Amino acid sequence: MAVDAVKTKPAGRGLMGRQRLRWGLFFLAPWFIGFFAFQLLPIVFTFFLSFTDYNATKEFAPENFNFVGLNNYGRLFSDPELGNSLGVTLKFTLIAVPLGLIVPLMFALLVNSKHLFAPNVFRTLFFLPTVIPVVAGVLVFQGVLNPQSGWIDLLLKVFGIEGPRWLSDPTWAIPALNLLGLWGVGNAMLIYLGALQSVPTEIYEASVLDGANGIQRFINITIPMISPVIFYNVTLGVITSFQYFVAALLIGGRNGDPQGATLFYNLHFYRQAFVFNDMGYASVLALFLFAIVMVLTTFMFTFLQRGIYYASSDI
Amino acid sequence: MATTKQTQIAGTTKSRFQVRGMLKRDIVPTILVTLLGTVLMLVFLLPLGYMIATAFKPEAQLSAQNAPLLPAKSTTYNYQGQDLPLYNVPTSEGVKQWALVKGFREDADFVDPANLGKGVINWKGRYRTLDPVYEFSPTLDNFTTAWSDVDFPLLFRNTFFIAFISTVGTLISCIMVAYGFARFRIPGKNILFIILISTVVLPPQATIIPLYILFAKIGWTGTWLPLLVPAFFANAYDVFLLRQYLMGIPKELDEAAMVDGANPLTTLIRVIIPQAIPAITAVTLFHFFYAWNDYFAPLVYLAGKEELFPISVGIAKFVGTYGTHPTRAMATAVLTMILPALLFFFAQRQFMQGVVATGVDK
Repeated sequence: MAVDAVKTKPAGRGLMGRQRLRWGLFFLAPWFIGFFAFQLLPIVFTFFLSFTDYNATKEFAPENFNFVGLNNYGRLFSDPELGNSLGVTLKFTLIAVPLGLIVPLMFALLVNSKHLFAPNVFRTLFFLPTVIPVVAGVLVFQGVLNPQSGWIDLLLKVFGIEGPRWLSDPTWAIPALNLLGLWGVGNAMLIYLGALQSVPTEIYEASVLDGANGIQRFINITIPMISPVIFYNVTLGVITSFQYFVAALLIGGRNGDPQGATLFYNLHFYRQAFVFNDMGYASVLALFLFAIVMVLTTFMFTFLQRGIYYASSDI
Repeated sequence: MATTKQTQIAGTTKSRFQVRGMLKRDIVPTILVTLLGTVLMLVFLLPLGYMIATAFKPEAQLSAQNAPLLPAKSTTYNYQGQDLPLYNVPTSEGVKQWALVKGFREDADFVDPANLGKGVINWKGRYRTLDPVYEFSPTLDNFTTAWSDVDFPLLFRNTFFIAFISTVGTLISCIMVAYGFARFRIPGKNILFIILISTVVLPPQATIIPLYILFAKIGWTGTWLPLLVPAFFANAYDVFLLRQYLMGIPKELDEAAMVDGANPLTTLIRVIIPQAIPAITAVTLFHFFYAWNDYFAPLVYLAGKEELFPISVGIAKFVGTYGTHPTRAMATAVLTMILPALLFFFAQRQFMQGVVATGVDK
């Protein structure tokens, strides 16, 4: 049914345009308000807080805010736990990001394989652990990693390996958390799956005609064609693993047991803010984290872009 | 050769066409790949298996030596009015299952239930090193203990309330904002959109302190308000998903409605929303699960008010107790997982379509 297209005037011009503009702003309003109230202003205030020595147990009144200049920032250099917490977070990230890249991709390739029987069942089951509350996941992993009765160590014994004490062992506490994190790969797996399925089969067929074998096809076609998604997952993976907190708090308690091996940066922050109530220094820690994440994101966007092949023409 | 392959799959009922398809795809790779997949799957879900098995075990079983993996109870045999424990006793004729009458240090008296005529048999050895005879016996005790230790109905109600209200708020605000971004020409819209997306990078830590101070000042801490109210102001992830989807709805539909005299709000409600049901379902499910599992925000804002705790915070105290009551901790985990798992199974298609829609379009 032929309908005359409504003439679109430039925004804001004429009666129709102004009305559209007003409606548009009306619809965007919730986000405007939310952004200002819950994100922009708080960040500014955090910045302001970082120069004071406000203690959260005190009244929120001007006399409790003493301007201390760059003292809190100076503490960054003398804080003994800062180095440890950065190291912990980094160790975790260095394991988590490659794992978070390879494992879901592997699962996605498996589910996508034309040789798999009942792929939907596998897809669902691989995804299932992501809907489990983190707290329950921690409980379960504490159980299954238990040195005496846990199945992981029992399984290792079958192969003759003496399993470590996992969560009680400073060296193995972080890898244990990485294992827990592996449970959450369902999300990434689905995204990879979608990407794999969107690669046109003609390309594969053409390459077979040219004599390419499976491995060559994978390296020269599959990987480049899904590289935007790989990039997305890696970036997001780095960002989220720097914000890792909940499981660390649950396992390590407030001190990052055992012996500070799980004192993640955010746990350190949480302690400063909500245990010691030192809001000034905590604000500095928060801003420092923000800065690190921004730098990493910018770094990844600038330097990794070259490796990415954008197959679709509208990018 | 062809006949051999056909006999191999004769056991399953498949139509001729499926059989031909399978033959074409080659059975051997299918079996190998499926086998690999199954092994991976079993290892991946191993913790779940452990959880379920342990949750049903009687607590004593965990500290016993060489206890079986599945829930079990040591069996007894009633002899002359008494329940005697059964043990696996190694004898010169093989391992027998005998009931212990009385045990001493270097020997013990047994009766053989299969051979009562022999009377009391004396066996040389240390009976304490023997393994009891187990029978499969799952128990619900852990569940009842967990249920009474923690007020699950209260936790469920709280969690449901929080998740439900914040999902409603998210839907209303995100649909509105996505509509605004998708359908209206606003000066600087692209820049605004970039700002929206970049809020994803913002760590919650950078804003939590002032927000906490703010909410404390206006008296909202210790209530659910700090968790619920911000949900009514949209968030980057869901707006992005909806906006992408809405942009795929043909503008002719909007225009037809406008010709009929509808204002943008009516268009939204009557035209756009019905067309966007898949994306809306995805957002609903995502956010509901997110709110159900959230731990950090409730922890910070509800500190101390146990009657308001959602499940995630409420059961956190069990994390430390694994050492003393492992079976109960596992039972608790099972109870916590049931609802999300069920919801997921019922809604999986929409859920997974939604994840793909968000991610692949990047």
